[in-house]
Amino acid sequence: MPTELQSRAQPPLTRRLGHEPISLEGVGFTYRGSRGGAVRALANVSLRCGDGELLAVVGPSGCGKSTLLELLCGLRSPDAGTIACPPAVLMPQRDLLLPWLSALDNAALALRIAGLSRGAARSRARQLFAELGLDGFQLAHPSELSGGMRQRVAFLRTLLSGKPVLCLDEPFGALDAITRGEMQEWLAGTLARERRTVVLVTHDVEEAMLLADRVAVLSPRPGRVIAQLEVEACRPRARTDAQVIALRERALSALAEGARA
Amino acid sequence: MRRGAVRALPPLLLSAGLIGAWELYVDLAGVEAELLPAPHAVASALWDSAGLLGRNFAVTAEEVVLGLWLALACGLALAVAIHLSPLLRRAVYPLAVGSQAVPIPVIGVLLVFWWGFGILPKLVVIALICFFPVLVTTVDGLAAVDPDQPKLLRTLDASRWQAFRFAELPAALPAALSGARIALAVGVIGAFIAETTTPTSGAYPGLGRQIIADINFQTPRAYAGTAVLVAFAMACFYALAVAERRLAPWSVRPRGDNR
Repeated sequence: MPTELQSRAQPPLTRRLGHEPISLEGVGFTYRGSRGGAVRALANVSLRCGDGELLAVVGPSGCGKSTLLELLCGLRSPDAGTIACPPAVLMPQRDLLLPWLSALDNAALALRIAGLSRGAARSRARQLFAELGLDGFQLAHPSELSGGMRQRVAFLRTLLSGKPVLCLDEPFGALDAITRGEMQEWLAGTLARERRTVVLVTHDVEEAMLLADRVAVLSPRPGRVIAQLEVEACRPRARTDAQVIALRERALSALAEGARA
Repeated sequence: MRRGAVRALPPLLLSAGLIGAWELYVDLAGVEAELLPAPHAVASALWDSAGLLGRNFAVTAEEVVLGLWLALACGLALAVAIHLSPLLRRAVYPLAVGSQAVPIPVIGVLLVFWWGFGILPKLVVIALICFFPVLVTTVDGLAAVDPDQPKLLRTLDASRWQAFRFAELPAALPAALSGARIALAVGVIGAFIAETTTPTSGAYPGLGRQIIADINFQTPRAYAGTAVLVAFAMACFYALAVAERRLAPWSVRPRGDNR
């Protein structure tokens, strides 16, 4: 076990804040569908997300939200437009925890990949593990964890990559309503401690309003930005805050209009 | 301890029943001993020739164990090569399938010409028979990784080698072990084929040759040798099952509801 002094002395892997903002200008993306036809996923998407901000992207299923994250992470290149984004890491929809590793080793995966020894990676992960409410689950294997705990471990793995931008793809989409509410609070609390630039893709408008600094509403495929909202309410927010409710309604009506158009 | 005893009960009872029926059949139908010796005759042959059978068994056991290691090494190496190179897959896979159809006696003499009367040609025969299940199951296991996993690993900046080392290789381990189990089951008969197709100069030729030598005039001893081979195959199989629980516990452990 590292003493507190030692662990404080560890420098961060990379600078977490102090980067250029994310900016997308007129981004379009078309991919080849399973039947060979071209599918336009995104059309003329322009977005900005400042350093340390949380941008939520909401839209109906299949509007290219996941594609957007893959573009930000550099897994694909846009056909049109330009993207400027600091190094970004993806947290995919499914947790993709490795079943043969303990929760702690799963969380430390990025550190192992970065070249740390098993012991060093573990000791660094262990510190955040306890801080983020995972204490006692270090040695549990993924099959022994609940859905919410698995997402926490997956988020920790993402966080420990040390990259300045986190791309979260519907992180709580598969959870039941109660667990989802808990996880939203947990994420808000975690980001208050470990400030990062976050792009959160979700189809849950309320989740966006609770967590985000700004919200982009996408139309059905091909995804275009049909509304951009700023959420100024101070944190922690509640579902019942007047501004949360008002913005939620605005986003929902924008989505409804987008569906009609 | 008690659970182990309870679990061993059904196979023991079944074996006892089958041996009893065999004994009754031979006694009541008056079958000649050269055609089918009674279990008690086999047991007494086993007792009387324990030394001879034991020394031949030691030869065969060494062949099986070393041959299986060779098969495992070749099967795994070939599977990884095929997994990493689509070109190799197209080139090698059909030939690997074809290799399974080669009757061993056709190449037995050639193997002896190359490697002499020692153990090596036998190991090659066993490996040739046993590498294939390891190859097929491992290739499938390596390819069965979640298609989103590479995306995640790429955004974590994993190299190709790291993706292989952290995700694909452990994911393929349970499948490779299944392949090893199949290989083990055919490994003993593989050793028999190896012994009977490649001549040897050793003092003890192995159980396979001993059985062939005994089958006409010492039939109970041929059956006793066979019983030793059967017991050996079963013991190896369960030893591997134990190893599997240690090497890949996640594939044995019951899975949670949330997956």
